[in-house]
Amino acid sequence: MPKDGGIGADTKRREDVRYLTGSGNYTADINAFGQAAAVFVRSTVANGKINAIDTSAADGMPGVLAIFTGEDFVDVGGNPAGWLINSRDGEPMKEPKRPVLAHGKVRHVGDAYAAVIAETVEQARDAAEAIEADIEELPAVVDMAEALKNQTLVHDEIETNQCFDWGWIEDNRAATDEAIRNAPHVTTLELVNNRLVPNAMEPRASIGTYDRAQDAYTLQTTSQNPHLTRLLISAFVLGIPENKLTVIAPDVGGGFGSKIYHYGEEALVLAASKKVGRPVKWVADRTESFLTDAHGRDHVTKIELACEKDGTFIAFRTETMANVGAYLSNFSTATPTFLHGTLMAGNYTVPNVYVNVKAVFTNTAPVDAYRGAGRPEATYSIERVIDKAARELGLDPVEVRRKNFVKPDQYPFASAAGLEYDSGNYDALMDKLEEIIDRDGFAERRKASEAKGMLRGLGLNSYIEACGIAPSNLVGILGSRVGLYDAATVRVNATGNLSIMVGAHSHGQGHETVFPQIVGEMLGIDPASIDIVHGDTSKIPFGMGTYGSRSLAVCGSAMVRATEKIIAKAKKIAAHMLEASADDVDFADGQFTIKGTDKSVGFGEVALKAYIPHEYPIEDIEPGLEETAFYDPANFTYPSGAYACEVEVDPETGKVRIDRFAAVDDFGNVMNPMIVTGQVHGGLGQGIGQALLEGASYDADGQLLSASYMDYTMPRADDLPFYTVDHSQGTPCTHNPLGVKGCGEAGAIGSPPTVVNAVIDALQSGGKNVTHIDMPLTPSRVWSAMNNA
Amino acid sequence: MYAFEIERPASIADAASAMKTDEAQALGGGQTLIPTLKQRLAMPSVLVSLTGIGEMKGVCMSDAGEVCIGGATTHATVAREAAAHYPGLAGLASRIGDPAVRNRGTIGGSLANNDPAACYPAAALGSGATIITNSRSIAADDYFQGMFTTALEEGEIITEVRFPVPEKSHYQKFVQPASRFALVGVFVAKYADGVRVAVTGASEEGVHRWTEAENALSGNFSADAISELSVSADGMISDLHGSPEYRAHLVKVMTGRAVSAAS
Repeated sequence: MPKDGGIGADTKRREDVRYLTGSGNYTADINAFGQAAAVFVRSTVANGKINAIDTSAADGMPGVLAIFTGEDFVDVGGNPAGWLINSRDGEPMKEPKRPVLAHGKVRHVGDAYAAVIAETVEQARDAAEAIEADIEELPAVVDMAEALKNQTLVHDEIETNQCFDWGWIEDNRAATDEAIRNAPHVTTLELVNNRLVPNAMEPRASIGTYDRAQDAYTLQTTSQNPHLTRLLISAFVLGIPENKLTVIAPDVGGGFGSKIYHYGEEALVLAASKKVGRPVKWVADRTESFLTDAHGRDHVTKIELACEKDGTFIAFRTETMANVGAYLSNFSTATPTFLHGTLMAGNYTVPNVYVNVKAVFTNTAPVDAYRGAGRPEATYSIERVIDKAARELGLDPVEVRRKNFVKPDQYPFASAAGLEYDSGNYDALMDKLEEIIDRDGFAERRKASEAKGMLRGLGLNSYIEACGIAPSNLVGILGSRVGLYDAATVRVNATGNLSIMVGAHSHGQGHETVFPQIVGEMLGIDPASIDIVHGDTSKIPFGMGTYGSRSLAVCGSAMVRATEKIIAKAKKIAAHMLEASADDVDFADGQFTIKGTDKSVGFGEVALKAYIPHEYPIEDIEPGLEETAFYDPANFTYPSGAYACEVEVDPETGKVRIDRFAAVDDFGNVMNPMIVTGQVHGGLGQGIGQALLEGASYDADGQLLSASYMDYTMPRADDLPFYTVDHSQGTPCTHNPLGVKGCGEAGAIGSPPTVVNAVIDALQSGGKNVTHIDMPLTPSRVWSAMNNA
Repeated sequence: MYAFEIERPASIADAASAMKTDEAQALGGGQTLIPTLKQRLAMPSVLVSLTGIGEMKGVCMSDAGEVCIGGATTHATVAREAAAHYPGLAGLASRIGDPAVRNRGTIGGSLANNDPAACYPAAALGSGATIITNSRSIAADDYFQGMFTTALEEGEIITEVRFPVPEKSHYQKFVQPASRFALVGVFVAKYADGVRVAVTGASEEGVHRWTEAENALSGNFSADAISELSVSADGMISDLHGSPEYRAHLVKVMTGRAVSAAS
């Protein structure tokens, strides 16, 4: 049994009190004295040449303080891509400049080409409408296959719409081709991984404040990683020295990846604040969120699975077009490559894997990492094609997977896609899943559905993913332009309570609750006496922030290391206080004791001694009790799982209803099961959303058709079933101190193929020869597929 | 929003007078108009709020046996107060939008806007209701004139709607997944002198009657009666959420289900 409030205990999230009682402090809640408002003027066409922007009518309007256009930022830098990808021929990817404001051309609907700073938002809007832009509309290119013909260019200067043509692993290409040529059976599937709009509940917002006295800037902004944002603005965009720029991400209302990235609006409010001498605030409206937050997914893939007639896998080969939109967002080149191609062996011992990804510029919003980022795309391709192959071969879809699973005695396992899996037990996950879903009872449930005129289907699949991208040395070789460590400072205050400054940012993950559970248990003190400080570059050590389910595995590990340093130093102080050798000091449950004696001293007394160092061995031990650790992991972590979904399909309308959903995940050791379950629920909601409901759709002219909640379907409570979530089959990560793997994205990674597999199973049971439907499986699409079958 | 004046008349007469201002716009529950204003897609000079007019609120029965609903009555009130008199209508009202919409949105606002995917037009047309305005009475068959188009004149206000009560009725809505407006909604009402079937959500012409089904059902009020009928996809809406063929198909499916569920 876990200790109350300790590691492994179901502890309610302390941050929920402020989230749920309206006491949160979000960027839009902050009103700086004397602040002015920024409003952006955005392109209504997807591709256009900016001939002239006439601001003369707007300049003199009431309340207007300043107007910016792209011309004002030609002498500063651009927003860079964080990962250099080289094409198969060795050529580096194409990196067109992404300016603060569009200059010369606008490249997607929503591309900002001007900004108005005024006393009020309404005045700024009025002036924005008075700006006369002569923008000559050009033909837009939206479809990726069309874009690769290069007849219409998104960026004229790079003379192509192909960002890169990446092969993984290029040296395996010939062997994979050969294996597929000679295979007894090859299943081919062409599929679309649908484009998604992140839809964080809180729209993006930023306040830039220039302090003339200090010649320094503060940016309060909706960010998952304030240090990264500072680094990008300082080193690449505006050139403000890092020591003159503080970035604060206060409470953030969801990110899902979309708030990892630096956006031009952040640079604009900083520059504008200096110019007008006042804080400048911008809050996106929902339309701006739809049009300009980095979208997710958007792959078109052809996958082939070569196998023996008994279902033994021989090779996976994929060709993917990945949409990067009109500009490279910070992680947009890493997402379809190293977060996708490297996972294309799945949970399987398949010997040959080859992945080809062409990244394509189009006149659409930038596309980047979104909950799961590359791994959902890999999982969907693999787990869909396996289901199709099993059906073609007349094999049970679970047995096919089991036949090819990496077995527990094979770890560490070098996958054919270049990763080394450290731990896992995929059979145990599948065993547990089959047990909790009562797979044997499915036939009866199907009969009951059929009696109501409904078709029932069952989908089952596995997934593996990779979290906590690392180590920095390796990712550097692979093209990353940043390190991927994290950092924590544990500060024991004089009275024995703790402030822990962490590089990870918490925006719904529950760090403020879980991190104290861990340190509280390590130090034998009440977690309530520990507070987590995050989100302010002036307070926290340089960390890389929160994404890729990395916070606990990477930042949590740094925090453990720092706490270990605290314990080591405290032991020395305790040894002095107890007049013993440090080697003889034991520490447990908050008490320092001397082996073989009844002498002891509490953690609080030691802390006080560190800060009031009277009778203190000052020549041997520094005063104070504060330690920092940076942690750079040895490997990714590899969460895995087995998911099952049962659906009912109404054959008259095509409407899919999820009746049951079970998720069995291996997250390694679990620090707070309640929070982990909540994270899985959230991920499943988004994965089911992708499978059944959500899809960003552009028309041929590059207009976003699904640009509001009237047309973009977010999952609602009644779209989702009650879930059964299990994490009893964890195998600890072997290379981090807590043995944790990460749980934030799993639900969104594993579930889309589960839902689609279940729907295909249902339709097949109704005699419809439907082998695939592209997501989202809306009633209309399912009905069309049934009627065209 | 652009700046505007607001008037809050307490009587129909005052409201009608306020509506004579140039570029005046009536404001019911604001569930469509307020978002439109926020997006700066409309620029009225004056909003005439109808929510403070007591004589335009409430549900009652007329001597002729009609359910009479004040134009400023919210969907939630109709759902509650019409349930005993006209359960099919109350059921429709109880499934419009979400609780916020139902407690602000009004029947007059919905009918005046005549959104092609709104629910109330199906009930009004399917019941052969009478639309009462500050100046006249309009039969539902004459009132709906296509998407967002009605017989209302400039400045005319819906003060009341009168629904003849059928023997049986039901509204079957297949929702557009995102907006949860009707992708296809069918209101079926069986009267002593015949059956009326009104379809919303499907057609580019807005709410309309499906007369073949009415004829078939008037002879035999069962889902089987329409099994041989087919609905043409011509003129059906095509969008992200469904093709004309899909909508045409759903009209028949929803009609059958409405008949089966009618009570």
